Amino acid sequence: MMELFDSFLVRAALAGVGVALAAAPLGCFVVWRRMAYFGDATAHASILGVALALAFDTSVFAGVLVTSLVMATTVSTLSNRGYAMDTLLGVLAHSSLAFGLVAVSFLQGIRIDLMAYLFGDILAVGRMDLAVIWGGAALVLLLLWARWSALLTATLNPDLAYAAGIDPKREQMVLTIALALVVAVAIKVVGVLLIAALLLIPAATARPFANTPERMALIAALIGALSALGGLQLAFTFDTPTGPTIVCLAAVLFAASSLGDLLRRNALRG
Amino acid sequence: MSLVNLKGLSVRYGGNTVLSDVNLSIEPGEIVTVVGPNGSGKSTLLRSIIGALRPSRGDVSRAPGLRIGYVPQKLHIDPTLPLTVRRFLSLPVRVSDARAQDALQQAGAGPLAGRQMSDLSGGQFQRVLLARALLSDPQLLILDEATQGLDQPGSAAFYQQIATVRAELGCAVLMVSHELHVVMAASDRVICLNGHICCEGEPEHVASAPEYRALFGTGTQGALALYRHEHNHSHDHAHNHNHGPDCDHSHGDAKKDIAS
Repeated sequence: MMELFDSFLVRAALAGVGVALAAAPLGCFVVWRRMAYFGDATAHASILGVALALAFDTSVFAGVLVTSLVMATTVSTLSNRGYAMDTLLGVLAHSSLAFGLVAVSFLQGIRIDLMAYLFGDILAVGRMDLAVIWGGAALVLLLLWARWSALLTATLNPDLAYAAGIDPKREQMVLTIALALVVAVAIKVVGVLLIAALLLIPAATARPFANTPERMALIAALIGALSALGGLQLAFTFDTPTGPTIVCLAAVLFAASSLGDLLRRNALRG
Repeated sequence: MSLVNLKGLSVRYGGNTVLSDVNLSIEPGEIVTVVGPNGSGKSTLLRSIIGALRPSRGDVSRAPGLRIGYVPQKLHIDPTLPLTVRRFLSLPVRVSDARAQDALQQAGAGPLAGRQMSDLSGGQFQRVLLARALLSDPQLLILDEATQGLDQPGSAAFYQQIATVRAELGCAVLMVSHELHVVMAASDRVICLNGHICCEGEPEHVASAPEYRALFGTGTQGALALYRHEHNHSHDHAHNHNHGPDCDHSHGDAKKDIAS
């Protein structure tokens, strides 16, 4: 059994599925709350975390987790202070990415690795990485599961939450932490630039097939896992970069789902 | 003992004082209506009571373990969020199918359980919100302009439902409304708000108070005339009345646009 993990392809498959299973349900909240850019900003900030982790010789996972958390918290705090949310996120996302890239350039001898962090390097996932990915994914799923009802109520309407004794700010914090965790574990799989795609696309693809929030999260997780496995297979067959291939497959599934939905609606209309 | 007690409540909102020195308590079983012009702090008052806003001065105290049923002014459901009426009723606390169906019946929304929230008409949507608020078995039902976007027969029917619910559950009701004539006839107590409490008391008393006249006397002649008119004639002809000169509402078909 243990030899199974010796194959880099098996490790890659497990890593992809692990990230997809956690990212997709969280992605549903990102979609419902219109936080797409929020995911992007958090992910882009993590390149700064990579640079800091390499500079201080600590684990990349920890560096990314910390900067993602700081970024997500900053955005949450600033969001009600005058600037429109998309402006604020645009400023923060791209400037943190720029600062991260500049910071990386100060470090000697690791310039070669930059591509791996921008686009992921799923084939280089080791046993330790796998443990971190599944640990992080399990934590995110546990967090979502434990607070599901409260999260959903707060997503629907903050005042409804308050009236039911739920603090929507705390629920926002839960999502922020979950998002930072997903970014930290996904960076190895799809890289900084494509993490948001893994959050959003499966959730958006699942929407036409779902009539309850739970079903949408479940279908999104399945679609995410399917994209990861299929993308890995396709990348292997056609010798293409793995992370982007996974996202491409997810995008094709999204297009198919949207088209199917459109045809169905037209058929219903007669 | 009072369900809610506000002592010297002041709320500041982005540098403006929206409410100042509001003293108010709500007793079990009474229907209290808050009236006031736009921007007078009506919603702020309700949101302070449910705990969504922190007072900048003063104190909001709720009876220990107070169960509040809240019907918000407007609830936007993002089209990306699939949500059946049945699932909505189980937020945040799961309820049995039987209880959900009871609540829907009670709110006059019986056959809607399987529908998507986004497909409901304005009136249906408000009734579902009411049903959800009833599921917590509330001691206090709070409604923030719950009939916004409904036509007049629709809102009259909705308030009728509220009165029925109050009679069945014995809960107190605190509501904000613009529809003075409908609301004031149904209230035990009316509070006229404009940043502070201008006047309060029984509907007849408030309607004749100079503070109230100063706020509503010119702008809502129609409604005020109508209100008096309804009190002069107690027989049931609520929908065949004459409109006053400034009264521009119509008796059209139910609008569908409140939830979109």
